[in-house]
Amino acid sequence: MTEFEPKIVAFVCNWCTYAGADLTGTSRIKYAQNVKIIRFPCTGRIDFMLLLKSFGEGADGIIVSGCHPNDCHYTSGNFHARRRWIMFRGLLDLLGIDVRRIQYSWVSAAEGAKWADVVNTTVTAIRELGPYADYAKVANYLEKEENA
Amino acid sequence: MNELIKKAKGLLESNAVQVVIGYGKGSVDRTRAIFLTKPEECEQLIFDSRCVQNLAVYLTKTEIKKMGKPAIVAPIPVLRSILQLAAENQLKDDSLVVLGVSPESELVEFETLASIETYLSTKEIAIDEKYRKAIDEIKAKPVAERFEYWVKELELCFKCYACRAACPLCYCTRCTVENNQPQWISVGSHPLGNLEWHVMRAMHLAGRCTDCEACYTACPMSIPIHLLTKSMLQDVNENFGNYGPSLRKDNTLSSFKPDDKESFIR
Repeated sequence: MTEFEPKIVAFVCNWCTYAGADLTGTSRIKYAQNVKIIRFPCTGRIDFMLLLKSFGEGADGIIVSGCHPNDCHYTSGNFHARRRWIMFRGLLDLLGIDVRRIQYSWVSAAEGAKWADVVNTTVTAIRELGPYADYAKVANYLEKEENA
Repeated sequence: MNELIKKAKGLLESNAVQVVIGYGKGSVDRTRAIFLTKPEECEQLIFDSRCVQNLAVYLTKTEIKKMGKPAIVAPIPVLRSILQLAAENQLKDDSLVVLGVSPESELVEFETLASIETYLSTKEIAIDEKYRKAIDEIKAKPVAERFEYWVKELELCFKCYACRAACPLCYCTRCTVENNQPQWISVGSHPLGNLEWHVMRAMHLAGRCTDCEACYTACPMSIPIHLLTKSMLQDVNENFGNYGPSLRKDNTLSSFKPDDKESFIR
């Protein structure tokens, strides 16, 4: 049996984390290949529905990352995002959606090494948690019915 | 409520308003919303403990707006909703007459929307002990059991959207749930779509919900969706200071403080 390779989606802002991830590459730092990066103009643009949709489409873990507070290209996008994340996380926790599977971080354009570390630790953590079977069961409700 | 009837009558006679939104006799022993346009109809107005529907929901409906300027019978939960609608620029001072009803069933009149805020300042939203306990009980379960609990509860949902229709703050003319480019939430009522719908509904009410429970009262399957909004209200209070609808304060999720505290961002 092959080892479980987690599927991880990263929602990152264009100005800090995306550039930071670019720096990771140009600095030739190797990191886990499980992550699929999706670039957004700003963390403020990352709709909570996108996170839900990723789980629905089979993601095992999610990384959401953007500029450090006070560093937003649009001055306040990340502050608004932070409030939304606080509320969203509380709601998911109540609903029993595993909040350990969503890693939030601030990674600046100069923090290539931090990005590699965020990805690596997230991949390790998700690997320990295993595939997100509970959500997949709900997401693939049709398959279940067909087999029955 | 003779005082209320007299006042409503006077407003319609003087043509100060064109429609009075209030509670009237419904089927069996229930009450329902009534829309009065003639002074002589005002005798139909009633107010008692059965009047739990949140009438503020009608203020933003085009059909009602077409009837002209409204007067609305407003117990405390309706007053809160009116204030939140005003804070979101959906109502203006001279766009309606508010016939407030105090917890002692006395008529309270308001000159301005701002005076509603003054009146409500002594009546803060308080989440009932039994709901606090219910939320804590759910939170005490392990994550997988919590998920199972909600999937089971939400299984009953057949997407009638009564919760949305009953909510005074769900006034968007085009809801995300009707959006099909992209299809955010699938139309059928199945576990995934139901879960996504209720997450979205709760999130869109975050920091706005005034805890009137209209969603729960309207739900034909009595799914405890009010626990979601109540829990979020607790979260708002814990993280951003006490929430109550206000014309003076910024809306919770459309504002921020640079030193908002969290513990989960690396």
